[in-house]
Amino acid sequence: MNLETIPDKHSLPDAGGHFGPYGGCYVPETLMTCLKELEEAYTKAKKDPEFNQELQRELKEYAGRPTGLYYARNMSEQLGGARIYLKREDLLHTGAHKINNVLGQVLLAKRLGKQRIIAETGAGQHGVATATVCAKFGLDCVIYMGAVDMERQSLNVFRMRLCGAEVIGVETGQKTLKDAVNEAMRDWVSSSRNTHYILGSALGAHPFPMIVRDMHRVIGAEIREQMQALAGRNPDEIVACVGGGSNAIGAFWEFLDHPEVRLVGVEAGGEGIEPGRHAARFEGGKMGVFQGCRTYILQNFDGQIDPTHSVSAGLDYAAIGPEHAFYRDQGRIDYAYATDSDALEGFKMLCRTEGILPALESSHAIAYALKRAPQMRKDQILVINLSGRGDKDVQQVQRVLDKMGETPA
Amino acid sequence: MSRIQKTFQKARDEGRARFVAYICAGDPDYETSLEVARALIESGTEVLELGVPFSDPLADGLTNQLAADRALKAGMTQEMVFQLVRDIRKFSEIPIVFYTYYNLVYFHGVENYVKRAKEAGVDGLLTLDLPPEEADDLLQACTKHDLETVFIIAPTTPAERIRRIAGVTTGFLYYVSREGVTGERADLAADLEERIAGIRAETDVPLVVGFGVSRPEHVAAINAYADGVVVGSALVNCIKRNLDQRDEILPELRAKMKDLCSGFDLKK
Repeated sequence: MNLETIPDKHSLPDAGGHFGPYGGCYVPETLMTCLKELEEAYTKAKKDPEFNQELQRELKEYAGRPTGLYYARNMSEQLGGARIYLKREDLLHTGAHKINNVLGQVLLAKRLGKQRIIAETGAGQHGVATATVCAKFGLDCVIYMGAVDMERQSLNVFRMRLCGAEVIGVETGQKTLKDAVNEAMRDWVSSSRNTHYILGSALGAHPFPMIVRDMHRVIGAEIREQMQALAGRNPDEIVACVGGGSNAIGAFWEFLDHPEVRLVGVEAGGEGIEPGRHAARFEGGKMGVFQGCRTYILQNFDGQIDPTHSVSAGLDYAAIGPEHAFYRDQGRIDYAYATDSDALEGFKMLCRTEGILPALESSHAIAYALKRAPQMRKDQILVINLSGRGDKDVQQVQRVLDKMGETPA
Repeated sequence: MSRIQKTFQKARDEGRARFVAYICAGDPDYETSLEVARALIESGTEVLELGVPFSDPLADGLTNQLAADRALKAGMTQEMVFQLVRDIRKFSEIPIVFYTYYNLVYFHGVENYVKRAKEAGVDGLLTLDLPPEEADDLLQACTKHDLETVFIIAPTTPAERIRRIAGVTTGFLYYVSREGVTGERADLAADLEERIAGIRAETDVPLVVGFGVSRPEHVAAINAYADGVVVGSALVNCIKRNLDQRDEILPELRAKMKDLCSGFDLKK
């Protein structure tokens, strides 16, 4: 990596929402005006001390920030390499990092005077966070979720309904996350005057990738501060799973201009890198334009979006956040993938060694650490962003392990 | 004058809007789709909007989503969409406009795509998810290969933006009469006349109106203010309703066209 080619991270995205050739704003005309309005509102809010104070207070008192940076001693010793630390986003209210973004965007929606909130969800974590925060702030809430995902994440569907949200099953397309995004966009095209769409990842049209990233930057900022207190230095490597890439960009952003810190995003390798069987966009994807932005996309010979597969609903998506595509080109962030079975190994390992149940999404980052940590020296530090907890995945994991004949006795 | 320009010049000379029909190319299969196009043109269609089927049509309602799905399942490819245009050109000279999503254009290389579309006999390109802000490559290619551009104006589009959009439109403007996705609706938007007057105050580019048009009264209402009236889902539903008795598709479409076109003779 040539440091001189790395642009100032603060300058990205540009005014049109571009990260180099990626990003931008590719939406139907009906949405252009409300996206501009959102961008203006965000630009103002960012500079408003009152907005920032309210957000800080909610993050602390409602969501439970700061989250811990936990030394996984047993896991580190068993792997026999780097010291592994877990950034405990799984301990946040609602069980994942998603609430950082939802709190920020709900406060924005209030400033915009919008009483109705819509969101898409894959694993259900973003949907649960949105339903929860809407309950707290008394906003109407509609969650779009693929019918396949509703089946494999039924507990989260129930949680959303308990919080008063309407959960609408999406029966078109592949019936997973991308189809839920399509349906949420269709709703928003009709309802943007009174409705705010809280996109759940660092994806979609400008200004969403920027807003969502900014809301999660707190993760990396805390890692930095906590690591300084614990070790007096930055970690050597940080790893995070990448679906759209919100937890990863949040954990990485603070360190982009600290080249001594290696940053690694882990995509879902599914059942292996065969068309339709995975969600590793950098392995099998090509540049394209999908659901609002230009980025790497899994697509077929004719530009149609390919089906995807991952054991984790939250990573089961055909496009990657545009900022990730940019920093991959720059050589600043490295990307790897973990298959379904790698992720299950990671899941089991963390349960047994540390008594922590990780989300299947985060288990992809753990799977990477299982291979990576032994290659590192004992004085080196590897941070895993544990983006979510695995309670929601217990039934799914049980089904899969039963099938493999590996149910714990 | 191009086919599109001639068509809308005639609309203004005669004081009657042109009938713009939308169908999805390849719905429910290539052969039927070609016959559907023929029937529509024979029964009064004056501009044909051909939807290029996309796996993720986020600006479309369920009717058009299912149509795209049927076309893709029947094996429709971009090359076959170009072939469909070549086949239609054997019997018709009406303007043909692609209604598509940007990834399908981008994937094939923007300039290459525009060139191939033009060679196949396409007159204009409407890319649903491509606002003028991101359209530089496409505009350049369209200028170079003489393919006309069609852009959308929404009820939410402010005046200065209408001017900007009109400034890059070489074919015609498409006003979506409702915030929302495509689909049949019982009533047109109440503020239609006012909105169209607002657009007319900003630009003289030909203006067609669509989204939700499904009855002769709608056609009559739009005929009073616009250069073209677009009907989509109401036609696509004639295909959908007869998937199990495909012989019925063309008669039902012809009947629907007759009914809709009677709107031109209704007083507003």
